[in-house]
Amino acid sequence: MNEKKVTNPALEVSDMQAYQDVAGEVAVEDARVSCRDVRVYYGDKQALFGINLDLGSNAVTALIGPSGCGKSTFLRCINRMNDTIPNCRVEGNIRLDNQDINDPNSDVVELRARVGMVFQKPNPFPKSIYDNVAYGPRIHALAESKDHLDSIVETALKKAGLWKEVADRLNSPGTGLSGGQQQRLCIARAISVQPEVILMDEPCSALDPIATARIEELIDELSENFTIAIVTHSMQQAARVSQRTAYFHLGNLIEVGDTEQIFTNPQQQLTEDYITGRFG
Amino acid sequence: MTGVVLALAAVSFLLVTIFSSGYSAFWRTEIALTIEFDPKLMKVEPDATFDQLQQVNYLALFRKNLERAFPEVTARADRRELAQMFSESAPDLLREMVLADPGLVGARQVVSVLASSSVDMITKGNAPRDIDEARRVISDQQLRWLDRFDESGLLGSRFNSDFFTSGPSRSPELAGLGGAIAGSALLLLVTLLLSFPVGVAAAVYLEEYAPQNRLSEIIEVNINNLAAVPSIIFGLLGLAVVLNFFGLPRGTPLVGGIVLSLMTLPTIIIASRAALKAVPPSIRDGALAMGASPMQVMFHHVLPLAMPGMLTGTIIGLAQALGETAPLLMIGMFAFVADIPGSILDQASALPVQIYLWAESSERGYVELTAAAIMVILVFLVAMNLLAVLLRKKFERRW
Repeated sequence: MNEKKVTNPALEVSDMQAYQDVAGEVAVEDARVSCRDVRVYYGDKQALFGINLDLGSNAVTALIGPSGCGKSTFLRCINRMNDTIPNCRVEGNIRLDNQDINDPNSDVVELRARVGMVFQKPNPFPKSIYDNVAYGPRIHALAESKDHLDSIVETALKKAGLWKEVADRLNSPGTGLSGGQQQRLCIARAISVQPEVILMDEPCSALDPIATARIEELIDELSENFTIAIVTHSMQQAARVSQRTAYFHLGNLIEVGDTEQIFTNPQQQLTEDYITGRFG
Repeated sequence: MTGVVLALAAVSFLLVTIFSSGYSAFWRTEIALTIEFDPKLMKVEPDATFDQLQQVNYLALFRKNLERAFPEVTARADRRELAQMFSESAPDLLREMVLADPGLVGARQVVSVLASSSVDMITKGNAPRDIDEARRVISDQQLRWLDRFDESGLLGSRFNSDFFTSGPSRSPELAGLGGAIAGSALLLLVTLLLSFPVGVAAAVYLEEYAPQNRLSEIIEVNINNLAAVPSIIFGLLGLAVVLNFFGLPRGTPLVGGIVLSLMTLPTIIIASRAALKAVPPSIRDGALAMGASPMQVMFHHVLPLAMPGMLTGTIIGLAQALGETAPLLMIGMFAFVADIPGSILDQASALPVQIYLWAESSERGYVELTAAAIMVILVFLVAMNLLAVLLRKKFERRW
């Protein structure tokens, strides 16, 4: 098998550069998000070199790779969070439901209502649990009445598996919850506005194994209704929760495919080296 | 360690000195006199109208009563010395009593009359008693009368509430801080209303929106430098620009507030920027990712979180402004204003200016007033700093 694997000596030096030979099929049939030739620059430094990748509807796509490989940068392109970083420039074509999200006419506020995000460190607002979840529906004016807002909050908390734990203390501060509960609160906050896509940037890296298991279960349940992209450093987590896995290396997409195939039969030497723990 | 001990010793020495020379100002000596509201002396009918009662010469009424009480004092000079033992306000006191209760006409009543400042100092021990007449604040004769009052139990003492309500006066026993307190309050109000919004807005602009270029760097350096400019320079600026160019009324809290705002702004801006910097970026990211506009992120998340820090900086800045004297002298807030200012366009004085004016008065009666006024301003300063600490504590504990 080893002789089949593609090697690319250029990528073993630390200089970042473009690498064209992507193993696996980047396109999927029912793509919710479709990215073509996405290049990101931080000032003069290029961080992503022409990424092509589709995120399938109601599926979990895991983005793995060593630190600094650009997977978080790529994730932040999808809800245009990179706009908030000074000197950051995004080129290429990213389509959500076949609409160009970087179109000057498209509204970033509406985009972010359709593409939710969960961060590495739980970041509930320093407000009550209720206000945390109600914030999105409020600013997007989704609720017609107080009762409607209450039911939106309840539904989101139930979907995030947090309702039973917090139902009797909705008015206590969100920051008073445990780390795992805080992260589920952030997930509830993200799904409160009924997004189509949820981006998760290492959502479990600050959590203990039990809380991690809860979140992974939750991701599995959520994938029935949402398109999910998750950045993770844990190979086991990628294997457990995702249907498709994409391997990033130094700003390039090296390999993408069904999760099972990537972990059992990687096509690229780099992928194999990474998942077997030889570096990264 | 030695330094700390020395500093504490110096502070306690200062406080003890101020307290020991100032606390007596909160009490005033009174002399009880039997006053006969004789209609003949007042030159009115017993059933006189309010207007007629207003026309009465109450000074004459007071003098005649004194003469009746001391029939043995006949010489003009002696009579004057006797009258000088009482505050100038005695006739006004009688007038107020009669106007409040016209039924007093024809009656006899014991009235506690404020003693003059010299008598007050001798009874309190603030001026030496057993020395040569020439150097004593009252004469031998007055001292004898004073002892007579004391023996017959006519001397009294009461809490000096007028000190907090009345304006300045050229008689120390009548002078109060009311005008200065009102003036300082109006000053701080104007300063707060001007400097807080401007300071917070400037901090938000510089911290969140200003492009990182040469211009913003220059602005930044200048703000930091402004905090170190001697306050009298701000006074000069106020004199040249606010008074002479814009022609606003001289010596008013409005002008003083404008000048003090300029002085307070750097403090508020620097504190507010630090507070904005301390808001965790994860909160901004979280709000932006929910689809909040930059404006919503600012007003829903960043400002509420930075507010305690901003308020603390503002209160510290206002406390600084409360103690500032030099710029106020430049814009004419040192005039003798007997009326208590009612608006920001009235001529007014301020606490530190009043202290300065009293401190340089030649009359000895003002010494205890100066110390007492310093005690009042220290209480205000401690209260403001305490408020700042409490605000910070309260908001920190909440989340």
